[in-house]
Amino acid sequence: MVLCWLSTLSAWADPVLDSIARQFELDEVTVSARRREEPVIPVQKLEGARLEGLSTQSVADAVRYFSGVQIKDYGGVGGLKTVDVRSMGTNHLGVFYDGIEIGNAQNGTVDLGKFSMDNIEQIALYNGQKSEIFQPAKDFGSAGTLYIKTRRPKFSADKRFNLSVTLKGGTFGLINPSVLYEQKITDNIHFSANAEFTHAHGRYHFRYRKVLADGSTAWDTTAVRLNGDVRACRAEAGFFGYLPEGKWHVKGYCYDSEKGIPGAIVNNVWKNSQRQWDRNAFVQGNFTKRITKGFDVQANAKYSNDWMRYLNPDTTLMYIDNSFTQQEVYLSLASRLAIVGPKGFVWHNSLNWDISLSADWQWNYLQGNLADFVFPERNTVLAALATQLDWTYIKAQASVLGTFVFDKLHRPTLTMPVANKQDPQFTPAVFLTAHPYIKDLYIRTFYKRIFRMPTFNDLYYTDVGNIDLKPEYTTQYDLGAEYTKSWQQGFLRTVDLKVDGYFNQVKNKIVAIPKGNGQYRWQMMNLGYVEILGCDVNGSITIDLTHDVLLSFAAAYTYQRAKDLSEPGEITYGGQIAYIPRHSGSATANLLWRGLSVNYAFIYVGERYHNSANIPENYERPWYTHDMSISYELPLGSRVEAISPRLYFALEINNMLNQQYEVILNYPMPGINGRGIIRLTI
Amino acid sequence: MKQILTYIILPCLLLTACRTDIPVTPAQEEQHGEKQLTSITGFYLLNEGNMGSNKSTLDYYDYPTATYRRNIYGETNPNVPKELGDVGNDLQIYGGRMYAVINGSNKIEVLDARSCKRIGQVDIPNCRYIRFRDNYAYVTSYAGPVQINPDYEQIGYVARFDTATLQIDAQCLVGFQPDELAIVGNRIYVANSGGYRVPNYENTLSVIDLASFTELKRIPVAVNLHRVRADRHNQLWVSSRGNYYDIPSRLYCISTQSETVIDSVDAAVSNIDIVGDSLYLCATEWSYLQMQDSVTYGIVDVVSHKLVTTNFITDGTEQSIKKPYGLKVNPVTREIYVTDAKNYVNPGTVYCFSPEGVQLWSARTGDLPAHIAFLGK
Repeated sequence: MVLCWLSTLSAWADPVLDSIARQFELDEVTVSARRREEPVIPVQKLEGARLEGLSTQSVADAVRYFSGVQIKDYGGVGGLKTVDVRSMGTNHLGVFYDGIEIGNAQNGTVDLGKFSMDNIEQIALYNGQKSEIFQPAKDFGSAGTLYIKTRRPKFSADKRFNLSVTLKGGTFGLINPSVLYEQKITDNIHFSANAEFTHAHGRYHFRYRKVLADGSTAWDTTAVRLNGDVRACRAEAGFFGYLPEGKWHVKGYCYDSEKGIPGAIVNNVWKNSQRQWDRNAFVQGNFTKRITKGFDVQANAKYSNDWMRYLNPDTTLMYIDNSFTQQEVYLSLASRLAIVGPKGFVWHNSLNWDISLSADWQWNYLQGNLADFVFPERNTVLAALATQLDWTYIKAQASVLGTFVFDKLHRPTLTMPVANKQDPQFTPAVFLTAHPYIKDLYIRTFYKRIFRMPTFNDLYYTDVGNIDLKPEYTTQYDLGAEYTKSWQQGFLRTVDLKVDGYFNQVKNKIVAIPKGNGQYRWQMMNLGYVEILGCDVNGSITIDLTHDVLLSFAAAYTYQRAKDLSEPGEITYGGQIAYIPRHSGSATANLLWRGLSVNYAFIYVGERYHNSANIPENYERPWYTHDMSISYELPLGSRVEAISPRLYFALEINNMLNQQYEVILNYPMPGINGRGIIRLTI
Repeated sequence: MKQILTYIILPCLLLTACRTDIPVTPAQEEQHGEKQLTSITGFYLLNEGNMGSNKSTLDYYDYPTATYRRNIYGETNPNVPKELGDVGNDLQIYGGRMYAVINGSNKIEVLDARSCKRIGQVDIPNCRYIRFRDNYAYVTSYAGPVQINPDYEQIGYVARFDTATLQIDAQCLVGFQPDELAIVGNRIYVANSGGYRVPNYENTLSVIDLASFTELKRIPVAVNLHRVRADRHNQLWVSSRGNYYDIPSRLYCISTQSETVIDSVDAAVSNIDIVGDSLYLCATEWSYLQMQDSVTYGIVDVVSHKLVTTNFITDGTEQSIKKPYGLKVNPVTREIYVTDAKNYVNPGTVYCFSPEGVQLWSARTGDLPAHIAFLGK
């Protein structure tokens, strides 16, 4: 499929990519020791040439091209960007960075705007869970899962090291240098280090305009977005090892940033002065090995330390200087037993039956300088039992996840911590793919019930938190089909079409309700209920125009009817929930000619309401952007093969028609903007 | 290649071409209640709008025609960028003009009371409530004077501006985070809340001499003061929000002669309105036992200081009110208006009750309906 057509594409376009792809595939084969061509679970992937062709500064920008996804984007280089998959809420998306989940026990959301695209090799979005039963218990634990995979060192032929230096710059005063170094220490141990610096003043013009009934201008105002500056450093280093029938890696990550929070633009207020500092660091490792024939194990471990400071220095408002430190320790052990199959205990040529068992332990601790803060500590134990059956015409997976959460509160005024135990949760998932008699056609269906735990903020935030909150449940039903075909020669090279229809329910949705007689005092409650009926369509096609010209198109369309059924009798009952368009989509086109790549991308988000009361006052217009990029890779030196040094140039123009739009009410987005990239690879 | 142009790129460009301009939101008109001819021709209702939403709006109810017009500001003043603003916090009519205190937009919007046409604005950061005497308006503000000082505490003030020129001519420092103010005789009484200083709330009423515009003294009352209203018996009724934990909200009575607390009423208070000798109050108090608000709609006799009723709504319709927020009584007809703020982000409702407490009509408002001002003939 995607990987498959990309490797065909790149085989033809770029020998380097091809060798990468081949090694990558080899890698996968060593690990899983099995051909897994068609995933049991619907997946959307961006990687290789297509990913590079999209003008993306952060992971959030890339995720926009997936179907079923809505981004909440507050605008600007440093602006908060969160992702909502199939309208279930941002808290239901698990984000995994190189195989291990990025946690946020404090508020449950991951700001994808913080993750730069500099060293990202692949982004994959799974509805439900990853198409794999041999994985940590946590990977079964979200309604949707996003895997961000950074570049693994790859060395072609006789090379011992790779070095690439990149400089990006553009509008908003963006300066973004980065360096990547990879070393082959031995044939089986590779080292990689990557560092990046980002600086931007973040200023851009925005325009608001309203018209009278006769179409003449009522008012028209242009201003400059201020306090959107960002300064960020990121450094990562890791060792990657290969064993006979196994592999391991260890990596360290640190990120340090200071940014302005541009805030809402309201009448008479065109500038805000709030600031935020973040310092994130983690170390994580994975070890995977086949112990005996038919028995594989993997272990994962992580320690993370995240510090955040929020400052409101504006003395005309409430002065706030809060800082929080979160720590997480994560340990996981997963095993898989091949019972029946070519490599199983019971030999069978065309039937595979595997069972896997995994157990995770996670510890979280949150410290803060807030008045009356309770210093919550959480121990989570997760256990997953899963099985997979492959037969010529059918693939099936089933899993059950048990979650056990124990919280402890360390209120400074108390000598003994207070315990708060959550009820144990058992949640199932079933996936089925049928491969009927029509070649290249797959039909699949899944059911998954999962929940998100109330976060520390939901439960314990001073005054707002509600210690009695229950988990928020999602139930997903999905039915879909995929047709995929590729050809080695001829005009048409690949065709892929995926259609999925789904029905989701979000129960016990955690919402804030006002309480008491104070101004803006809230209480978290399990009051919401949402039903989502949706349809995702994805298509892609690759055409060989001969004369070394390869053209590919991809498109995604999403229909979502997300009904707020929380309060019968209210005006909001049955209304489309906030910021979810009924129609949205994207289209991309990519033209490759030797080292030259020309890309066009279009994103459309249809009309929305910023509240479940779907009345004219709450209406938000559709928005759409057109982006173009052009890049060229120039081999330096005499050797034409992959190992010769290369120079890469790219120029991107985003929002070419300078559309003035807002994703979130009162957060204006940038108009036309551009970026240039130059990279030297040795 | 031509086909690609026809089927993919052209439709995209067409989509771009048909993006419409945003029109100024038109007002919506509905019929509610019976036509009425009294010396009060109508009332304005200021919807606060949730913080950061810039959705403070004005509605108007016209008694002679019994029409409710929702969201009239944009239509009347279509040329004002970003409309009325963010978080309306008070609405008063004085001398033919209407003054809307827009907290999040740091301004007092000055409008012609009859036409609702904009006259101008007065910039006061973090402004809260407004009252008048002669040619001056007095506005409380949470915003401290700008200082560079690490131990700086945000002391509040009362700003005075000339209603003719709309120029601020003096400021008088009071306590922390001052809320309502009342002008009686030659004194201004200001309720200090200290709301930014949790848990060290303020507990005093500042007394300002009107002529010299300086603070004379502080009267200790209770923590976290909010409302202060004068009756016709030289008494001030002051509400304390409590500290939301062990100290409950309560109503206090202060004599303007002795300037001391003379009595208190065991009633929680969110909002009050005094008409004649009746002090109407509504209160929502959070109960951690039931995890919901308990609501009171009470009337206090300002002469006897007794709570006459704890539910002035007599037909059982209070069950449909989720979050009582604004409260105002028509001084002529004694009809009672209660606004329902719901969850602060959804559109609210205004309810009209007869003096006997029977629901007469209700209308959908903007977000967070809160402040009502009656327009006289």
